[in-house]
Amino acid sequence: MNPVPTLAEMTARGESPEIVFWVGCAGSYDDRYKRVTKAFVKILQATGIRFAVLGTEETCTGDPARRAGNEFLFQMQATAVIQVLNGYQVKKIVTACPHCFNTLRNEYPDLGGKYEVIHHSEFLQQLINEGKIKIKEGGAYQGKKITYHDSCYLGRANDIYEAPRAVLESLDADLVEMKRCRSTGLCCGAGGAQMFKEPEHGKKDINVERAEEALATGAQTVAVACPFCMTMMSDGIKAKNKEATVNVKDLAELLAESQGL
Amino acid sequence: MIAQLAFLFVLGIAVFLIRRRVLFLARTIRLGKANDIKDRTGDRWRNVLLVAFGQKKMFKRPIPAVLHFFIYAGFLIINLEVLEFIIDGVAGTHRFFAPWLGSIYPVLMNLFEFLAVAVMVACVVFLLRRFVLRLPRFWSDEMTSWPRLDAALILVTEIILMWAILFMNASDQLLQGQHEHYPETGKLFFSAFLTPALAGLDVHSLVLVERFCWWFHIIGILGFSLYITYSKHLHIFLAFPNTYYARLETKGQIQNMPVVTREVRSMLGLEPAGAGPPSEPGRFGAKDINDLSWNSLLSAYSCTECGRCTSECPANQTGKKLSPRKIMMDVRDRMEEVGNSMAHGGAGLADGKSLLGNYITKEEINACTSCNACVEACPVLISPLDIILELRRYVAMEESGSPAQWNAMFQNIETNFAPWKFPAADRFNWAKENR
Repeated sequence: MNPVPTLAEMTARGESPEIVFWVGCAGSYDDRYKRVTKAFVKILQATGIRFAVLGTEETCTGDPARRAGNEFLFQMQATAVIQVLNGYQVKKIVTACPHCFNTLRNEYPDLGGKYEVIHHSEFLQQLINEGKIKIKEGGAYQGKKITYHDSCYLGRANDIYEAPRAVLESLDADLVEMKRCRSTGLCCGAGGAQMFKEPEHGKKDINVERAEEALATGAQTVAVACPFCMTMMSDGIKAKNKEATVNVKDLAELLAESQGL
Repeated sequence: MIAQLAFLFVLGIAVFLIRRRVLFLARTIRLGKANDIKDRTGDRWRNVLLVAFGQKKMFKRPIPAVLHFFIYAGFLIINLEVLEFIIDGVAGTHRFFAPWLGSIYPVLMNLFEFLAVAVMVACVVFLLRRFVLRLPRFWSDEMTSWPRLDAALILVTEIILMWAILFMNASDQLLQGQHEHYPETGKLFFSAFLTPALAGLDVHSLVLVERFCWWFHIIGILGFSLYITYSKHLHIFLAFPNTYYARLETKGQIQNMPVVTREVRSMLGLEPAGAGPPSEPGRFGAKDINDLSWNSLLSAYSCTECGRCTSECPANQTGKKLSPRKIMMDVRDRMEEVGNSMAHGGAGLADGKSLLGNYITKEEINACTSCNACVEACPVLISPLDIILELRRYVAMEESGSPAQWNAMFQNIETNFAPWKFPAADRFNWAKENR
């Protein structure tokens, strides 16, 4: 991975990026999801797109605070982020986190932050469609069974069901669907700030229920497009003692691997 | 003449009681916060046409959808006949439209009879699904004795009313040509199967049967109309306004709180304090029904307790206490409690109770993953999620009563600008790490 340019450096050189990559907290701090961040950066670099990240100027969008009910904290956070983004005159943002995506795209306009926001699943699909990523014959995932777990914040929340599937299909993978998919997809259990607390008392953990469904497809790979889904699905599969045979990967990782990046 | 007076008397009582109840419902809904919904009228009418009128979302589950469609079509179309009942009742005529419509009349009557039979079949299947197959969503915790009885009463009443139509038509068929009051209407297909049962009766007894069924049906319809206003069955009317006033934004978007925006902007020095209209009085978020917007309250009365929301809810499916249907039922029950208390000069909202606490617990709202499965599942565009989020706002901002781990997360965001306890300075370290 080549050095990653920050928006501050670029601006200092008098340049501006085509697109800002919003990394998100999980993409910045979570060891597992940092690998997704790097895979996505490698794809961006391989396609020669002029992009930048905010680096240490990035902060939480405020999404979990809003969903846990703390509107004050959300708006404090959002207002600060919007000041930074507007200060750099940011126009277009791509992010690998559906929660950041949803907040930036749908909730910031009311607070004065109006940007074109795109999720990395749609962005990768565009790169493939435009021929900026050429899919190699006989890639690592050709004919392999992959099942895609819909992230609620992409699917029901924003009606993005097909872009992630299109990316997987471009890998020539054998895409198998879980019983509950697309608009009836079962949540991984982490949305609505559940990621940051223990689940309420119940019979079962939601991620285990979902992992069982994913395992029932017989897929060797569970594809995700969300950092929280990544954690929950990985933990669910571990809980079923299947982590040695079934892996959980983000779309960007699968695409980067198939490109030998 | 006596029959006409009796009819007017019955009709008058029904209109009086229904009007009184409708005014009560309107008053109770208006306890909610103002929410001026005037935008995107085209999209709103589109929702009414597709979702309420066209039943689009019902068809996600095709078998109940088809059965439900029969009852729905029966309701819409057979009620045209009620118009004739009322005209006949007031004017003392019999089958007022028959001479006007001529040969179309028996076609219409046959259609009504077909629908009456279809309604009966659908209601029987629904009773079997509910009480014999015992579909889990009709027997979960919030489906206590009253919701179960309510459902049974509705289905059984509809079956009995349809029998009354068919027996009335059967006796009418036999009377035609025997009694000058009964004009020829042509053959009716379904009620013809019932005529053998009445064939031995003389004209006098047949008139008695016909009149009994007529009165039974119209009093039944009027009584049922009044019952509906007290029942989950209100959805047959309120589904229409509810789909009109449903939120149109993408489901992921949580509604902004402009009051907070003003405060935050003045705290950050982006706006002079006191700029813009003054903050609305009242609380942040919702503790009781009057903190919810009026359209959330309307949606509580629009809920028919089908339980599709709950059967799709990931928290509910894994045994958590949360049930989106219960949220809607609790809102409605609290509205009824407050509304009744106010109507009788009681304490109303100041009765020392509240929606959060006495009806809905924190454990329930804390279990929600905001996944929108319930919102997606609702055939009439109700959002239990909007209500859950308003309750969470109250807990977080007015009580500071969120779960401890959420409070820790809030603190992390405030101090490290990330929900986890990592130093802000390390945020960009990933770019320097190998791999």
